[in-house]
Amino acid sequence: MTPSRYRDGAKKIAPIGVAAFAFGASFGVLARASGIDSVPAIVMSGTTFAGSAQFAVASILGAAGGLVSAIVAATLLNARYAPISVSLAPIFVGGPGRRLLESQLIVDESWAMSRREDGRYDRKLLVGGGLVLYACWVSGTVVGALAGDDLGDPTDLGLDAAFPALFLAILVTQVHDRQALAAAVLGGLIALVLLPLAPAGVPIVAAAVACLLGWRRP
Amino acid sequence: MSEAWIAVVVVGVATIALKSVGPVLLGGRPLPQHLTGIVGLLAPALLAALVVTQAVGGDEEIVLDARLAGLGAAVVAILLRAPLLVVVVAAAAATALVRLVA
Repeated sequence: MTPSRYRDGAKKIAPIGVAAFAFGASFGVLARASGIDSVPAIVMSGTTFAGSAQFAVASILGAAGGLVSAIVAATLLNARYAPISVSLAPIFVGGPGRRLLESQLIVDESWAMSRREDGRYDRKLLVGGGLVLYACWVSGTVVGALAGDDLGDPTDLGLDAAFPALFLAILVTQVHDRQALAAAVLGGLIALVLLPLAPAGVPIVAAAVACLLGWRRP
Repeated sequence: MSEAWIAVVVVGVATIALKSVGPVLLGGRPLPQHLTGIVGLLAPALLAALVVTQAVGGDEEIVLDARLAGLGAAVVAILLRAPLLVVVVAAAAATALVRLVA
């Protein structure tokens, strides 16, 4: 196997970069439709750099679901990055500052792309691919957030239906086995039951208990 | 500070910490096995809850409206393996159309 380079990672991920740009643009538009200003929306793409959590914040704040629910739901959605980052820990090099910066390029796609055929992860593929995705995601958000200013009433455009569609599309990519499917069904049911009973935001956060299906005896 | 800014800062700091916990703090030690299984199921559970609340959620009630037409269009697009952007646009377009004719 030839030694991999940053450029290989960038090349490998390019098709997904196009999608990330479009996805970032839709975040910019939907954030504006949810009442979030352009600047915080763009800053969020630059610092959080995680699609589903960002859309969760926009949708919950937009539906007046409460600040605490938005923060808790987004943080729980990103909790998966803890085990992912732990699994990647051995490939990083240099001091804590460099590790901190490079680890921010971990997203689902760059992680998946950096896996080599021998099952090990490759830092240069991760960083090269991650940088492309980051540039696409942030520039897409800028375009979407600025275009979002000229949009009319978001419900007339059906933008409120874009959120569930988006979350469903992301969900499908996360359900790899029966246990994940069970967690999704249980999480959805918990939210449905609590919808008429609890203040907005609570049904989403409460659905997180469905993850206890993954408990294994230590 | 607006609600949006507070969310941006808090979620940003939390995410930076979550992404760097392995490379910066742990150095290479693995997460306990029984925790890995739980954390892996957080995303599917929460995403499903977001689908439900965004599709039929109202002000502490279940509301069935034009958003369901959008969700139906999204399901069709997903089954056809359409790209993410197409799924989202199909959902918005179907909902806007139903609202226009209703």
